[in-house]
Amino acid sequence: MKPAPFEYHAPTTVTDATNLLAEAGDSAKVLAGGQSLVPMLALRLAVFEHLVDIGRIDELQGIERRDDALWIGAGTTQARVEASDEVALAVPLLTKATPFVGHFQIRNRGTLGGSIAHADPAAEYPGVALALDASMHVRSSKGRRTIAARDFFDSLWTTTMEPDELLDGVSFPIWNGRRSFAVEEFARRHGDFAIAGATVGIELDDGDRIRRCAIGLIGLGATPERAEAAEAELVDRMITEIEPDDVGHLAMAGLESVPDDLHGSAEFRKRVGRAMVARAWATAGAEVRNG
Amino acid sequence: MADVSVDVTVNGRRRRETVEPRLTLADFLRDRCRLTGTHLGCEHGVCGACTVLVDGAAVRSCLMFAVQADGAEVTTVEGIAPSDGGLSEVQAAFRDCHGLQCGFCTPGFVTSVTAFLRDHPRPTDAQIREVLSGTLCRCTGYQGIFRAVRQAADAGQREERP
Repeated sequence: MKPAPFEYHAPTTVTDATNLLAEAGDSAKVLAGGQSLVPMLALRLAVFEHLVDIGRIDELQGIERRDDALWIGAGTTQARVEASDEVALAVPLLTKATPFVGHFQIRNRGTLGGSIAHADPAAEYPGVALALDASMHVRSSKGRRTIAARDFFDSLWTTTMEPDELLDGVSFPIWNGRRSFAVEEFARRHGDFAIAGATVGIELDDGDRIRRCAIGLIGLGATPERAEAAEAELVDRMITEIEPDDVGHLAMAGLESVPDDLHGSAEFRKRVGRAMVARAWATAGAEVRNG
Repeated sequence: MADVSVDVTVNGRRRRETVEPRLTLADFLRDRCRLTGTHLGCEHGVCGACTVLVDGAAVRSCLMFAVQADGAEVTTVEGIAPSDGGLSEVQAAFRDCHGLQCGFCTPGFVTSVTAFLRDHPRPTDAQIREVLSGTLCRCTGYQGIFRAVRQAADAGQREERP
């Protein structure tokens, strides 16, 4: 028993949960799957007077198509996302990224919303959410709002949600055209947080011209990053004319807060990141042309 | 800080206890249920020694509070073996293949592998290696453990044939 004492709450509706959060203010923390929060409590990196366990709220569970997006309830486990045919069909990048999240024992408890709200810059789901322009649906006792991914990740482990707000679901836009996705990561051991990683999405028109592309960067800043300048430069070009190594080079331009620690210097991480982007681009590019 | 009552079925036996919310499921199993087969290595989710099955899913019992298991069915390594005192297929394979030496990590491997083979009765070698990456062994090495999983999987497939 290592965490400091706390008061435990297990609401069964979002309304009850947000009321609890409103009463407790920043002395409360939402407990989802607990796969990041419980270690932080055990190491006493975090101490809260109240934990609001959202694991018994049915309305936070589920995967369903809503208009042009796939809605996933924040409490849906990563294991369920991984096994979902609906996700594989609509948002294949999520299906490809999920096996990189921890280990299968972690994914049995860890949730999609927990990972995104925890906002670790080296985690996969925040990177995918940013790369795909996902929308975060947030509720509090005062109402609802939707935050675009680009406005959601503020800094290390910090989002723009207020302490009384609860992430209740995430909508991932569905790419319908000739498209393909790839994820590449370099980690010391399988399941570790990546030294650097990349997610790539490419959509082509019938003539192999790039209609849109997304390049997400994992572990290369204080938040997940997006190589927007590189994307802008690649759109409308023929995929056959693009060298993956050049994409990797382009994607590393402008990164300002690359981590520099005992796991790797900033310079090393950028070299790894460049290689991961190049590999992911090559994989997605080959798949979209052949498929 | 108010204590909370929990009602959990552990290895088929119902347990009703009052606990501090901060009591992990691992400590609940070891200290309250006296089921010390669940081992605690790192206590922050890295080593996997404490893995148990909660409603059939392999999870780290150090990353779950006992109160979160209220209403759940928990299976520990003590519940994996048949009640006649013999070994399960997975346990027997670990013995046959030198899949353990000091045995500290073994409960985590046995519970994880039992759940994995239930869900993937015909695993590829790559799948087996990936599953083993979630638990740390620091003495036997993984080759014997890998062979044990392969043997248990092959034995399960033989049983399935008519």
